[in-house]
Amino acid sequence: MHKKSLQKLALGLANKDFSTIELTQYFLDRIEAHQDINAFITVDREGSLQQAAAADKLLSAGEAQPLTGIPLAHKDIFCTDGLRTSCGSKMLDNFIAPYDATLIRKFRQTGSIILGKTNMDEFAMGSSNETSYYGRVLNPWNKERVPGGSSGGSAAAVAAHLAPAATGTDTGGSIRQPASFCGLTGLKPSYGRVSRYGMIAFASSLDQAGPMAHSAADAAILLQTMSGFDERDSTSVDIAVPDFSEDLENNLEGLKIGMPVEFFNDDLDPGIASIIMNALREYEVLGAKLVDISLPNSHLSVPCYYVLAPAEASSNLSRFDGARYGYRTAEYDDLLDMYKKTRAEGFGDEVKRRIMIGAYALSAGYYDAYYLKAQKIRRLISDDFTRAFEKCDVIASPTAPETAFRFGDKSDDPVAMYLNDIYTISVNLAGLPGISIPAGLDKNNLPVGLQLIGQYFDEAGLLNVAHRYQQVTDWHTLSPL
Amino acid sequence: MPINNDDVEKIAHLARLGISPDRLETYTKNLSGILELVEQMNEVDTSGVAPMAHPRDTKLRLRDDVVSEHNERDKFIKLAPASENGLFLVPKVLD
Repeated sequence: MHKKSLQKLALGLANKDFSTIELTQYFLDRIEAHQDINAFITVDREGSLQQAAAADKLLSAGEAQPLTGIPLAHKDIFCTDGLRTSCGSKMLDNFIAPYDATLIRKFRQTGSIILGKTNMDEFAMGSSNETSYYGRVLNPWNKERVPGGSSGGSAAAVAAHLAPAATGTDTGGSIRQPASFCGLTGLKPSYGRVSRYGMIAFASSLDQAGPMAHSAADAAILLQTMSGFDERDSTSVDIAVPDFSEDLENNLEGLKIGMPVEFFNDDLDPGIASIIMNALREYEVLGAKLVDISLPNSHLSVPCYYVLAPAEASSNLSRFDGARYGYRTAEYDDLLDMYKKTRAEGFGDEVKRRIMIGAYALSAGYYDAYYLKAQKIRRLISDDFTRAFEKCDVIASPTAPETAFRFGDKSDDPVAMYLNDIYTISVNLAGLPGISIPAGLDKNNLPVGLQLIGQYFDEAGLLNVAHRYQQVTDWHTLSPL
Repeated sequence: MPINNDDVEKIAHLARLGISPDRLETYTKNLSGILELVEQMNEVDTSGVAPMAHPRDTKLRLRDDVVSEHNERDKFIKLAPASENGLFLVPKVLD
């Protein structure tokens, strides 16, 4: 039951092979049995079974939508009315969201079930899930290793089949890198495709929500529900949403896949390089052509990101002041003391580091040298993609420079941790869609992800390219449990 | 190193973050490492390049200036660490 695709689960519900209540109880039991993975911060047993009962009524009445009765897990960054929404932080440990994020509202409207809220790096700042206030998440493929981050709880939950699929968010790689580490299909949509309303903000010009699933076909179904213009998000883009499942089967004859010479060089781990090259050869068999392209400023994407993202974060996280909601320190002398103690006790180290880097980059005398400089570099990086797409339809690279690493390997060295996102960050800076799909296992039996980058709002094209590969390979069907 | 302990104390104050004295040195070291990474940006001449604030250079929309939200005061005030008569309670702001 737990390895069925979303389409098969929907069919099973429609044929009354099982009820939504049975299906929901089944996944609640699996979550209970695999608590050691620590994939969830909050499990909503009572609420999910109530939603299941309502979904069963819709199914009986013949009023089912594509996700009616399907249990899902959502990253604990999406405000969920009546449920704790912690963002992985002590600061929001007591925060019961008073409203639904647009994404949650849409998933409720389609009749899907909210099993619970998944663990994550604190305020989505991290690439290993080690910064969560709720403790580390174990990678189901190897429990001595990280699941990736920041959407590590969602990735571990789906990889361990504790939920058929999940949502995540991606500011610099936070959907794609954990998808790579856990053997999943994870899609970061184009900036503006999915509403950010009610999604706790980290870096507002980079954040995007997206699906994490076992296949491109499943991801397409989730993306269909998530997408669309929302007037409550000032950066939501009012553009038609295509049927993401419609073009999955299109053939790839003549597709041009760009290989950035800056990524396929001697710095790339040979084990990962050979797996990625095998995947690209598979694409040649499917009729695609490989072409060399150049992204000459890509080496500046990590430096650029670590000015812009912290700058936006320092501004966004100023709202956590202990005055209106969330944590407040127990004892304080005056207002300033209340702010400082509340924020010192409520935030973890990585969040503090990023707030301080951001405050520094934005402070008088440094603004031009850091923030403005980074915005100019961002333009160069974005222009590189525009030129590259004159020569190709999609761009391929590894998702991450390595497979899942061991706990503690990088937690004392922020810069080493940041470099894990070297292939994913430029995609956020440009606002493009990117997907990670499983392409093989390394010598330690750990999943390797292939990243495909598409043109603005061409998620359908990316899903098509991913799906065709999954029709001729079975990497995405491998399971650690 | 690009910054010293005094700089970090000043930044922490600007960001309203309390930093315990025994952690100061570690923060200075970590933040300096990050700033050294960031300074690689200086390799590239960006004169004449227009700064990019947003992935799509679109103008923000305007909406009609009308009431669109319900008053949810009771729901929100319940979340406050301290409140009285429907108001948020904080320490004295002005002397």
